[in-house]
Amino acid sequence: MTLLLKDVTKRFGKHTAVDQLSLEIPESEMFGFLGGNGAGKTTTFRMILGLLDSTSGDITWNGEPINYDKSHLIGYLPEERGLYPKLKVREQIIYLGRLRGMKKNDIVTELEGWLERFKVPEYMDKKVEELSKGNQQKIQFISAVIHRPKLLILDEPFSGLDPINVEMLKQAVLDIKAQGTSIVFSSHQMEHVEELCEHLCILQKGKPVVYGALGEIKRSFGKKNLIIHADIPLEFLRDYPGVLHLKKVTAGCELQIENEAVSQGIFAALQGKGFIRKFDLAEPSLNDIFIEKVGAAYE
Amino acid sequence: MNKFWIVLSHTYFTRVKSKAFIITTLITLLVIFAAVNIQQIIDTFSSGEKDKIAVIDTTDQIFAPLKENAENIDDDLELVAVSSSESEVKEAVQDKEYEALVILSLNDEDLPEGTYYANNITNSGVQQVIEEQLQQLKVGIAIEHAGIDQEVIESIYDPVAFHAVALDKTAKTNEELNQARGIIYVMVILMYIVVIIYGTMIINAVATEKSSRVMELLISSAPPVTHMFAKIFGVALLGLTQIGILILAGYAMIALKKDELAGGMLETFGILNTPVSLIIYSIVFFLLGYILYATIAAMLGSLVSRSEDAQQLIMPLIFLIMIGYFIAIFGLAAPESTLVTVSSYIPFFSPMLMLLRIGMLDIPIWQVAISIGILIVTIVILALLGARVYRGGVLMYGKSNSLKDVKKAFQLSKKE
Repeated sequence: MTLLLKDVTKRFGKHTAVDQLSLEIPESEMFGFLGGNGAGKTTTFRMILGLLDSTSGDITWNGEPINYDKSHLIGYLPEERGLYPKLKVREQIIYLGRLRGMKKNDIVTELEGWLERFKVPEYMDKKVEELSKGNQQKIQFISAVIHRPKLLILDEPFSGLDPINVEMLKQAVLDIKAQGTSIVFSSHQMEHVEELCEHLCILQKGKPVVYGALGEIKRSFGKKNLIIHADIPLEFLRDYPGVLHLKKVTAGCELQIENEAVSQGIFAALQGKGFIRKFDLAEPSLNDIFIEKVGAAYE
Repeated sequence: MNKFWIVLSHTYFTRVKSKAFIITTLITLLVIFAAVNIQQIIDTFSSGEKDKIAVIDTTDQIFAPLKENAENIDDDLELVAVSSSESEVKEAVQDKEYEALVILSLNDEDLPEGTYYANNITNSGVQQVIEEQLQQLKVGIAIEHAGIDQEVIESIYDPVAFHAVALDKTAKTNEELNQARGIIYVMVILMYIVVIIYGTMIINAVATEKSSRVMELLISSAPPVTHMFAKIFGVALLGLTQIGILILAGYAMIALKKDELAGGMLETFGILNTPVSLIIYSIVFFLLGYILYATIAAMLGSLVSRSEDAQQLIMPLIFLIMIGYFIAIFGLAAPESTLVTVSSYIPFFSPMLMLLRIGMLDIPIWQVAISIGILIVTIVILALLGARVYRGGVLMYGKSNSLKDVKKAFQLSKKE
């Protein structure tokens, strides 16, 4: 069950929201979708769901176009959370679950399980407007997964949650993935994508600027991070050949260097100058890559 | 179960259980109950005492016939002859012992005249009754003085014989016209009320789903068109339930009091003897009219982002139905006017006006067919357009709610 986007373009009048986007999202994988505000993530999701028609290009799932006959196989957590404020959680989920083709009894059983899991069984007969924003989001998440979809689209699933709830939701997402569901999710928080996704795509003004497997992306980025904690002044490293960027921190500095080899020169240059607590060569974070790629496109 | 039915039943059941629905239904039932029992209610609240009018008759001949005539006309009136002095009686009036004082006398020509004293003369009812009766007595006495024969007088006052006969064999008789007027009047008012109440309900229902942002979730599970029509028919079913309850309750209450009400409201409106064909046309036009207005309402509702803004968008809908309503009221008196004829083909007005023409005139079936045809075509076009606007509109959030948004929503649902 592979989700395939081929040369998908979406124009709103003169504005091009998504430009020639091609993606392949394999079965039971987690695919991260990154991009600044207005990069075209939500528009892409809406096209995958059939809420918007693409101007050109094809979107297929398992070789077939996605339409309302398949809506029972698809789960969606919209970026703008929305539930009926006046309805009780039970009525709410029953209605949404039935629209996804489930039977009432199955919905209640599943719902009980989920509320138990999220440690909020007492919310069953509460109105949504009485719940806190974070708890509403749990209900929203349940509405997206209650029918055990094969394709799950999560638009900013972790925004607005406290760290404990983020962990709870992450674990749930991982479990759903383990059951064979393909998951596409977007986020502004790079660490979530880094932690959960095998493949990712960074979107900039509707175009993919980075696309591929996480490890591969990091390797091909080339640049490395070097963290040095020392008791001596490190300012002079700013002009050292191969150092691209120096950021001072309390205990020392963090450098971005052109490649691994530069670190060895720096190591030698620091020898005998004083006490060095930490000398750590690290992979670039997704954050670095994002800032560099998206930032470059801004310039 | 089909998604259409899931949305429809959800729309129906969440509303039928809502406090607002139960309360409005109960209040309307109370109003019906009050209307049916209005006589008893008035009787309960009125004191039952008669208005006593003191009369000083200086002529000694007018009091007796005046008392008889005035009390015949108004049951609540009691005329009492008093012999006390004028000032004493005036005091008695001020002490509320009497409602008023009437002094009767004869003028120079021997004709009766009167003066009416009361604490205030705002309550003109009693005053008018007495004045009219005195006038009649005066006419009688004047005629007597003139020496005209009673038979001559009677023939003068006899109403003229005047019959209206329609030469066209198929034209409606007067009786038929009255019946038709009754049901048309009821249908026009019903249409007006239903469009305003349930049109507003649809706009609000869609706007609420949009403003709570649940809409995106809904239309990712069910097609917008299905969703829109399920809403329209769900609300229609709700309306039928409400109207059904009211009609049943109203019927039950009327049946209980049939004897008192016979010849009253029901016969005036001629509902009991209405021809079946007119009832069928009424239902057809009513349903088509509802669907037309409901489709527009759903489309408009999909354009607002906040439910507060929905109020503004209801206005064009209300204007349309009001124009139709006023043309219909005008048309009841002049069904053959060009305005009514033309309007009976305009889809927004035809549910009211073609029905009016069918009831009041004898029009060929093909004209009815054309009118219904135009109406159905309009509904289909609006439904297709509405579904497009709905699809784009529900994804559209922003401040403005003008008709420009229709275009914007339309574009959003297109490929580019």
